[in-house]
Amino acid sequence: MARLFASDKMQLKAFAVSGVLALFLAANPAPAKTFRYAFQGDLNALDPYSLNESFTLGALGNVMEGLTKRDKDLKIIPGLAERWEIVDPLRWRFYLRRGVKFHNGEDFTADDVVFSTERMRSPGSQIKTRAPSDMQAVKVDDYTVDFVLTSPNPILNAEWDTWYMFSKKWAEANGATQAQLASATSLNPFALKANGTGPFMIVSHEPGVKTVFKPNANWWGKKEHNLDEVIFQTIKSDATRVAALLSGDIDMMDPVPVQDIERVKNSPNAVVLIAPELRTIFLNMDSFRDELLYSNVKGKNPFKDARVRKAVYQAIDIEAIHTKIMRGMSVNSALLISPLLYARAGEFKRHPYDVAAAKKLLADAGYATGFEVEMDCPNDRYVNDEGICQAVAQMLSRIEIKVKLNSMPKAKFFEKAGPTKKYDSSFNLLGWTPGSLDSWNVIENIIGCRDADGKGGLFNFGGYCNARISELNKLILVQTDSKKRDEMIAEAFRINHEEAGVIPLHQQSLIWGTSKKVKIVQRADNQILFYWAIME
Amino acid sequence: MLAFAIRRLFEAAFVMVTVALLAFVLFRFVGDPVSQMVGQDTSLEDRQRLRQELGLDDPIAVQFARFLADAARFEFGISYQMKQPVTAIIAERFPATLELALTAALFAVALGIPMGVYTGIHRDSWLSKVFLSISLIGVSLPTFLIGILLIYVFAVKFGVLPSFGRGDVVQIGFWRTGLLTGSGLKALVLPSITLGLFQMTLVTRLVRAEMLEVLRTDYIKFARARGLPQRAINFGHALRNTLVPVITVIGLQIGAIIAFAIITETVFQWPGMGLMFIQAVQNADIPIMAAYLMLVAFLFVLINFIVDLIYVRVDPRIRIYGPGASGR
Repeated sequence: MARLFASDKMQLKAFAVSGVLALFLAANPAPAKTFRYAFQGDLNALDPYSLNESFTLGALGNVMEGLTKRDKDLKIIPGLAERWEIVDPLRWRFYLRRGVKFHNGEDFTADDVVFSTERMRSPGSQIKTRAPSDMQAVKVDDYTVDFVLTSPNPILNAEWDTWYMFSKKWAEANGATQAQLASATSLNPFALKANGTGPFMIVSHEPGVKTVFKPNANWWGKKEHNLDEVIFQTIKSDATRVAALLSGDIDMMDPVPVQDIERVKNSPNAVVLIAPELRTIFLNMDSFRDELLYSNVKGKNPFKDARVRKAVYQAIDIEAIHTKIMRGMSVNSALLISPLLYARAGEFKRHPYDVAAAKKLLADAGYATGFEVEMDCPNDRYVNDEGICQAVAQMLSRIEIKVKLNSMPKAKFFEKAGPTKKYDSSFNLLGWTPGSLDSWNVIENIIGCRDADGKGGLFNFGGYCNARISELNKLILVQTDSKKRDEMIAEAFRINHEEAGVIPLHQQSLIWGTSKKVKIVQRADNQILFYWAIME
Repeated sequence: MLAFAIRRLFEAAFVMVTVALLAFVLFRFVGDPVSQMVGQDTSLEDRQRLRQELGLDDPIAVQFARFLADAARFEFGISYQMKQPVTAIIAERFPATLELALTAALFAVALGIPMGVYTGIHRDSWLSKVFLSISLIGVSLPTFLIGILLIYVFAVKFGVLPSFGRGDVVQIGFWRTGLLTGSGLKALVLPSITLGLFQMTLVTRLVRAEMLEVLRTDYIKFARARGLPQRAINFGHALRNTLVPVITVIGLQIGAIIAFAIITETVFQWPGMGLMFIQAVQNADIPIMAAYLMLVAFLFVLINFIVDLIYVRVDPRIRIYGPGASGR
């Protein structure tokens, strides 16, 4: 009893700030454990089909679930399907978990899976790539669903952990049978509500301000958290987010700005969690056009010559970027994919930083006196993106390539350097996380050939194209033998490595700040999953 | 009087259309809203279809005409990011900004006037010098720095006030107020000081200058000669006469406080219109930007209009000439 009293008193002290809450606690012997977290971006519409973005999908991943899930190390594990088998290469059979209920009490059945497949393909859906467009979902019985394909697909279920299952009945009752069109002129009632099967439910949601979750007592899984309530709030300003953590107003926040890591570490009540993130940062050079748009070289395109691209590669002092710009918060990369996602990543080593070799390559290509080029760079998208570009520009000046840097906000950057303005850029910096966590996605989107409009490798901002890579691209897609598949992936990556088609730089780090009272799993895909959070 | 009001209304309409046009031209340069709306895996065809549906491919003149027609009906469309009607979002965010702005104005007046009076009367006392130094800080430090400084002192160091947000709110009809809860009031302290500090400085300096001016006038000397008590002279005669310009300036500043709450709201994550606007700019959320700019322009026009009318009522020296006469 004395102990109980003491802990009550401490709680009282901690919450003395809000008198009302303190009164509530004093009357309540077991104080509620409220986990408050903040992110720099907003949680807007709650329809997980209308925005394909990792923070939103992560937040909703506490509320809704897919047929599969991913564990703490991103390994695919059973979710709403308790197991599955590949009956033949064109037929995958999923056995659904029995006794699962949605938050509103309805049973989860095969009908919901078939419905969710249709909804995933509705015109407003942003997650159409979760499954091939000609895949069919066939109900075998109430708890068995077959997915029938027209060509083999070894990674069919790679992204199904974020393809959340909808209740058919509920969606029909709430007018949410279709994902809201981005251009819609009226509000989909679903934008502010959610009905899932997950360990948490949404209590209230104010877009861009505050969202309150509470645990789902009827969840099918084994509870691994001890929370009574979760409050999410957006805090846009870096300094304020840090202050909120240090003052104890919040228990966890993402991201900690690189320059504030020490301050958080030195604080008595907070710690910093650091892990490599999946996103790779890289440089694109326009090797598509016959003449660069923004250069003093006329009549030809220096970046079409692999020697020039390799010279750029070897002129970059990646160690300096790692220590000076990223303050150690990055992992230098020889590949366009995180080593966590490709088993044979260890075979690849970066071309060494070597100014003399770079100069020689440039001279061999006929550019001994260098040339001028403009570089486009986002300044609010990746960790210290602008700083990296400035460093690259300066490093290239050592081999007489004079870079004029254009830094701009992300909305502007993606318009200029991307398909909207037909890749109106000669040299730029981009980052990419493959949604499927698989190499094929990178080979298709980043180094896959495209036309002038972007048909093909949409995010191949430099338009690099190699015939063999495009051949391999098609083969990898349908190869189900994982050893042969990995070999083909290795070959594609090796070609890009030798030709320096796209130059990888590093994987940036995830930097979370948490209160010392909280234990939470920091998964490399930067999803904040509080169903694994324990609070003292 | 009526002719004057009508003429001002026409001018106001002209200002609004000009603002709309300028805003519209600016939107050409904020970037591509579509790439901020879709996921990275969305296909080229879907992107193009979306751009077409949003009308972003139409000629600027067509887009502008459509915008004006919609705006005239208070129809600003759906936010690209929040997927809600813009008018509903603004209605939701406006109370937060207005409460903050009015509290900041109140703070500025409640502290600024006494400080101005004191420094006006006791020109050389040490306290006056302290007041004037504080007001110097108010004009010279940028708002975000003041905000961060206050957060670090009162939230992190002493832990007495919240570092961000609006605290608990109470819904009264359509109005969501933070003024009725303890945490809401506490949350209001730091942002309103941050926002109001500059205005407080302005009021202090204005009142001080006016006081110095008025205290030299003949009627104050006469009042002194009559042997009236000092207090009655300072507050009954001097201060009252300084207030006319002060009230005008405060009135005009309220518009400015609302419009420039952007920085304060960002620093404190205050869920008002300014924060909404900043987020919209970063995501090229054109419907929100357009509506916000129109609203701010409207507020300024409205306040100016009211001030003009009050001027005419209060100060008979300001003559109104009919149309055709130059100046007024």
